[in-house]
Amino acid sequence: MTTQTLSRRSFLQASVAVGGGLMLGFHMPEALAASIGPRPQSTTTAVGTEVNAWIVIDKDSTVTLRIPHTEMGQGGITSVAMLIAEELNVDWSRIKTEFADANRHLRNNKEYKVMSTHGSQLVRLQHPHLMGAGASARERLKQAAAEAWGIDRSEVEAKLGMLTAGSRSATYGELAEAAAKVTLDKEPEIKKDPAKWWLLGRPRQRLDIPHKVNGSAQYAIDTRVPGMVYAAVKASPVPWGALKGYNFDAIKDRPGVIAAVRLKAVPGKRDQPDMQDAVAVVADSWYRAKTALELLPIEWDFGDSAKTSTAGYYAEGHRLVEQKGILSGKEDPMAAEIIAAAKKVVTASYQRPFETHARMEPINATVHVQADRVDVWSPTQDQSSAVTLVASQLGVDPRTVYAHTMFLGGGFGGNGGGGTAVTRQAAEISRQVGKPVKVIWSREEDLAQDKQRPMTVAKLSAAIGDDGLPTALFTRAAWFTMDGINQLGSATADYAIYNMPYLIPHRQHERHNVKTHIPSSTHRAPGANQHGFMAESFVDEMAIAGGWDPLEWRIRMTEGMPDWQLVLKTLKERSGFRTDLPKGEGMGVAVVESHGTIAAACATVTVSRRGRLEIEKVLVVLDAGHVINPHTATEQCEGSVCWELSHAWMGGLELENGRFVNTNFDSYNLLRIHQRPQVETVFALSGGTKWGGLGEPAGPPAPPAVANAIYYATGKRIRETPFRSQDLTWTDLA
Amino acid sequence: MQFTLNVNGKSETVDVEPETPLLWVLRDHIGLTGTKYGCGIARCGACTIHVDGQATKACQLPASAAVGKQITTIEGLSSNSSHPVQRAWVEIGVPQCGYCQSGQIMAASALLRKRKNPTEDEIEAAMADNLCRCGTYQRIVQAIRRASQLAQA
Repeated sequence: MTTQTLSRRSFLQASVAVGGGLMLGFHMPEALAASIGPRPQSTTTAVGTEVNAWIVIDKDSTVTLRIPHTEMGQGGITSVAMLIAEELNVDWSRIKTEFADANRHLRNNKEYKVMSTHGSQLVRLQHPHLMGAGASARERLKQAAAEAWGIDRSEVEAKLGMLTAGSRSATYGELAEAAAKVTLDKEPEIKKDPAKWWLLGRPRQRLDIPHKVNGSAQYAIDTRVPGMVYAAVKASPVPWGALKGYNFDAIKDRPGVIAAVRLKAVPGKRDQPDMQDAVAVVADSWYRAKTALELLPIEWDFGDSAKTSTAGYYAEGHRLVEQKGILSGKEDPMAAEIIAAAKKVVTASYQRPFETHARMEPINATVHVQADRVDVWSPTQDQSSAVTLVASQLGVDPRTVYAHTMFLGGGFGGNGGGGTAVTRQAAEISRQVGKPVKVIWSREEDLAQDKQRPMTVAKLSAAIGDDGLPTALFTRAAWFTMDGINQLGSATADYAIYNMPYLIPHRQHERHNVKTHIPSSTHRAPGANQHGFMAESFVDEMAIAGGWDPLEWRIRMTEGMPDWQLVLKTLKERSGFRTDLPKGEGMGVAVVESHGTIAAACATVTVSRRGRLEIEKVLVVLDAGHVINPHTATEQCEGSVCWELSHAWMGGLELENGRFVNTNFDSYNLLRIHQRPQVETVFALSGGTKWGGLGEPAGPPAPPAVANAIYYATGKRIRETPFRSQDLTWTDLA
Repeated sequence: MQFTLNVNGKSETVDVEPETPLLWVLRDHIGLTGTKYGCGIARCGACTIHVDGQATKACQLPASAAVGKQITTIEGLSSNSSHPVQRAWVEIGVPQCGYCQSGQIMAASALLRKRKNPTEDEIEAAMADNLCRCGTYQRIVQAIRRASQLAQA
């Protein structure tokens, strides 16, 4: 047996050399980069001729691109600009960007196609129309040149902002007005072959960086409107409790206090968690509003929800997974029969608690209700919904509602639906007090009342054949959501279990959707995050029970699936995965597909005898088909891994008496800098027609890879999270 | 109560309860919104500023306790983003959502004032209170090392 001693230091040094080298390639002198302003939410500032809704060209050939998507840290502004500029063929240094107008989008029948940013969809699903907008403008510029010069469009070349044909030339700026009047017989095709791209596929510095190092980037929470007042809000500590009353007299004489506003729950919306009963205290500063609210006597009726707890829900989940559930995926009665008759069976139960988004920017919204229009500044991933939500609360024409797109201090799937509850609260309070109002949820309110990631219990059983490979797999999951909804995002939440790619002859999966009072919603890589941990940890249990190396097992069980083979074989080559490290050290692998991308991870951990875990390194290998900006794509993978490990290692919202009890960063303590793994990202791209997302998929395989590594380090199988609550101690004797 | 603060080299007179955390005075009274609210209990570091050159969480510092001290916020770190930490942050491309980064940059710049060449342990200790949900930690460590080089170049 060979041994290899791992030290954190050696990994860090190696990665700095690699990272530093890459960084030199990425660095763009600022003067040569495209640009965006610190207040991108401003209503159109572009000067020049609008060639189409996305593209404005000035006489001096400055090109303003309108970004219909949210920038929440994923590099969306930069990606959209690159997609349009690739086809328009303009000099990157001549590009400016601004956010598109959500009101115009609505008035003009969804002119920007999609003004919502979720599901890692921006590049993978929206590149055709974004590239198409650039291609269409380019062809119309060429047509304008052709008409001016009396030649055929095919004779004109468009490159880096210049139109040329033989000895004649013109700038895009000179022909923009003429191009805006051109109607094409047929819209052009986009360039699908990456070999023909000149801009896409090459790393670009993010355009928003300059404003994020000097405090100038404007987030919704930074909104300041003349005459604005501030509100702090409190909903029932047990979600969906009814507000019985409060005593405003107790606080009305405190400094700066203006009013208390009663907010009534919006009924019939519990599958899209919306506004609950709540009280708002309005004051002339947020700190005064918050301190007064803390002193306000409030009476609630919690109802039966106050009897619930994490422990109770776990017990319920373990009871339910023993019972028949709803079928997910294919029915195969043979699966259970084979397991019942098998000589060798592996069975295990897993559980994971509620988790919350805890975006660094607490939930907030500013709304200004005026006589003839309403302005909204909301940190939302979905501008269209912000408009319709506010219109519905106020009973006004949506065409009079203006939602301003702001930088988001994190989204992670939690800012959909137009900001939902907080945006509706701000609209209602502004209407009642007749002033612009900024509502901020305190961090405690944010963690307690956010739309949470559901808790889950699963039981998995497999029959192991004579060759050590499974002959049947039978699984059940119970998960706990608002009103028992089973679909968050594009697929039922347990797809990471029933959609495992492996060639197991007989499989069946059932689910139980358990109704709770806890608002639930999408959470970065919804479904794949908690169920991926269960599926891929159990894969190691099956492999080890059958005497297989877990990585060889996965390669064998995906034979004939070229994309999976590409990812897994690249992981094998790059990771040096091995199962024979000295005790206290371990490597683990896992692979999960989500958002059209296959992501594999190899984690390297050390665990001290006293059970202290260090995650030294996580290597991720992904097949997203194509990558348009390797720089932002790599950042997203680093972030996704940290995100999932934050929850799997550190997180865990605790429910007691129907309410969450660890609602600030002292008790809901997430991954810190000294706990970071070194993340190395490798893209193994199959190309072709495959376009997968990259904002989320690198996360789900990280926790099972770590748990599988812990097994090799300690001999202990971890079947629940957070890891920090598990006993990881070991001795040489065991 | 009315009192005068020295913020980024300018005198700012404000009228608030003396116990009002400096964070809210900076954001809502003076209009410097680069300093962020994250937790209100000094556990996330988004509100990190310098008080007499020391990294300080503004959410737990009563404004009245800052009278007579030099307060520096992200807006006052440099006039044109030329501080070595800001240059390194741009070069390495640290920020994603960016919300925590004012605090990260203020914590890092205070560290580099004290330690020209901080060790990895010193970097981790100085930055452990600064939470980042986007997971930019490994780039923060790289960028602090780079800033250390830039400051001595």
